[in-house]
Amino acid sequence: MSFLKSREAILTGAIVALLALVATRYGAFIRPANLAAVFNDTSPLIILALGQMVVILTRCIDLSVAANLALTGMVCAMLNVAMPGLPIGVILVVALALGAALGAINGLLVWKLDIPPIVVTLGTMTIFRGVIFLLSDGQWVNSHEMSASFTGFARHVILGLPVLSWIAILVALVMLVVMTRTPMGRALYAVGGNPHAAVYTGINVGRSQFIAFVISGMLAGLCGYLWIARYAVAYVDIAGGFELDVVAACVIGGISIAGGIGTVGGAILGALFLGIIKNALPVVDISPFWQLAISGAAIIIAVLFNARADRTKGRVILKSAEVTQ
Amino acid sequence: MSMADHRPRSIPDQLTTPLARALKSWESLLLVVAIGIFILNSFASPYFLNAWSLSDATFNFTEKAMIAFAMALLIVAGEIDLSVASIIALASTAMGVALQLGAGTPVLVLVGLGTGLLCGAFNGVLVTRFGLPSIVVTIGTMSLFRGISYIILGDGAFRGYPADFAWFGQGYVFWVISVEFVIFALLAVVYGVVLHKTNFGRAVYAVGNNATAALFSGIRVGRVKMILFLLTGLMSGLAAICLTSRLGSTRPSIGTGMELEVVTMVVLGGVNILGGSGSIPGVVIAAFVMGLVTFGLGLLNVPGIVMSIFIGLLLIGVIALPRLWAKLRRA
Repeated sequence: MSFLKSREAILTGAIVALLALVATRYGAFIRPANLAAVFNDTSPLIILALGQMVVILTRCIDLSVAANLALTGMVCAMLNVAMPGLPIGVILVVALALGAALGAINGLLVWKLDIPPIVVTLGTMTIFRGVIFLLSDGQWVNSHEMSASFTGFARHVILGLPVLSWIAILVALVMLVVMTRTPMGRALYAVGGNPHAAVYTGINVGRSQFIAFVISGMLAGLCGYLWIARYAVAYVDIAGGFELDVVAACVIGGISIAGGIGTVGGAILGALFLGIIKNALPVVDISPFWQLAISGAAIIIAVLFNARADRTKGRVILKSAEVTQ
Repeated sequence: MSMADHRPRSIPDQLTTPLARALKSWESLLLVVAIGIFILNSFASPYFLNAWSLSDATFNFTEKAMIAFAMALLIVAGEIDLSVASIIALASTAMGVALQLGAGTPVLVLVGLGTGLLCGAFNGVLVTRFGLPSIVVTIGTMSLFRGISYIILGDGAFRGYPADFAWFGQGYVFWVISVEFVIFALLAVVYGVVLHKTNFGRAVYAVGNNATAALFSGIRVGRVKMILFLLTGLMSGLAAICLTSRLGSTRPSIGTGMELEVVTMVVLGGVNILGGSGSIPGVVIAAFVMGLVTFGLGLLNVPGIVMSIFIGLLLIGVIALPRLWAKLRRA
């Protein structure tokens, strides 16, 4: 019974209802091949949402993910142009390492200097974008400049799904194990659930937040390469504003912005929900310009929903007095 | 935990400040920085020290500063509004729609201010009535408000604003003193008086320092926050009027990223991002510092996106350096 009331069940129901609604207008949308294409298109969002989930669990937020993605992607693209023979394995390592390093900058500022995460990541968001401009001199890296193996990797089909989709599945499985089966995962939940109690349990709160930012950065870096490879173009404004979609996916997935509450399944379903809407809009003849407003409305509705879910638990009396003022 | 942590937090807005302490304050430090940048700029470019150049430089910050005053009060009260730039987009779009329906300048102004107020009310209701965190609410409305502009405008634009509408963003009151600068100066005085000399201002500090204690002292915490969200929306509407009038057109991408510059201005002005302290004079000087930095870089032909690196570094550096300094002194 409790599963039926869980966020995952509600979201699964909402996704099925959404698909049914789209199918009434355009039946081919729910053909397996198209659903696989939608999943592939949503894969970067899923990967980023999983990273963002870890950060939000520890009561932080990472608004620099899209800029991190764009910067790492640009570096990978320029690396490929400079050294076309470089194996994809090396590029992947560079992407993961650079992404993690950029995440570590956020993490260190939050951990060592105690600066609010929103300020840190708003700042690094613009700094990363500016650095892309400095690196690329505002130039685009186009598909004909990239090597075939560089752009082909993400699109290579194995067992009916492109590598991009498989990577998203792999990341989801790894995160599931890390969050539910390791001491580190428990520590990340504990830090967000009650930082004071976490300290007394021997968990270093700042260090856990640092780790969360590194994970988020690393996944953003990975997406950076995959994004550039998939779309075969790199420029300053790539994935502009995508951080809002990522936060939206998490909030829709039931991850509490107050920290400590949220699951890997929720983040994936939240991302899929947004991904399906995005892919369904053109099919049902709604202008893609609706996308931004729908994301925003989804964030607000989801956060209202989360707040109602939180309220069923014990509440401090004063809090309600404050609210009713 | 050290003993210092157990002392009650003093309310930082001192009514009487000794001269020595005033000299060591954040505001006077900022003033020195502003003067330094001014001198550097005048050496860096021969075109800087000219009444018209300096007047142009003020346009770099007047619109942002209008919002920053209200944002400063909001941040002092412990909340934040990241949707201000999107409110500008929506208010500007609403004015564009009114223009298509044949509205004249007075109606356009009312539409701009009214849209801002409505957006502020929307944020305020979600935060105060439903008890939602302002960061998430305003990240959501940041997408929603600009999203509505995109729905209305798509990739198009509104043009053809009436000639007398240009007065707000392009007009001059006296010689090189622009209309926008006069609005900025008047608002600086009004907000300074409200925050530092009225009961409401004291309530804002009290709410930011300890909302629970403020509630027990008979302050209507929810109402104070609601008023501040309304003010921030109204100021964004005003900024939208000025910006639209200055550019002479509306696109849905208008003012993108401006929320960052507004928050940077407020934090640079010495307002504690966690709430509870800060001053309007600080924000005024911070506005000048940011305006002079971006104008100086512009004179040196530095592209806008590179300037944004400076803004980002400024935002983090201004908060990081004092904390780093305190850490090193303790060690």
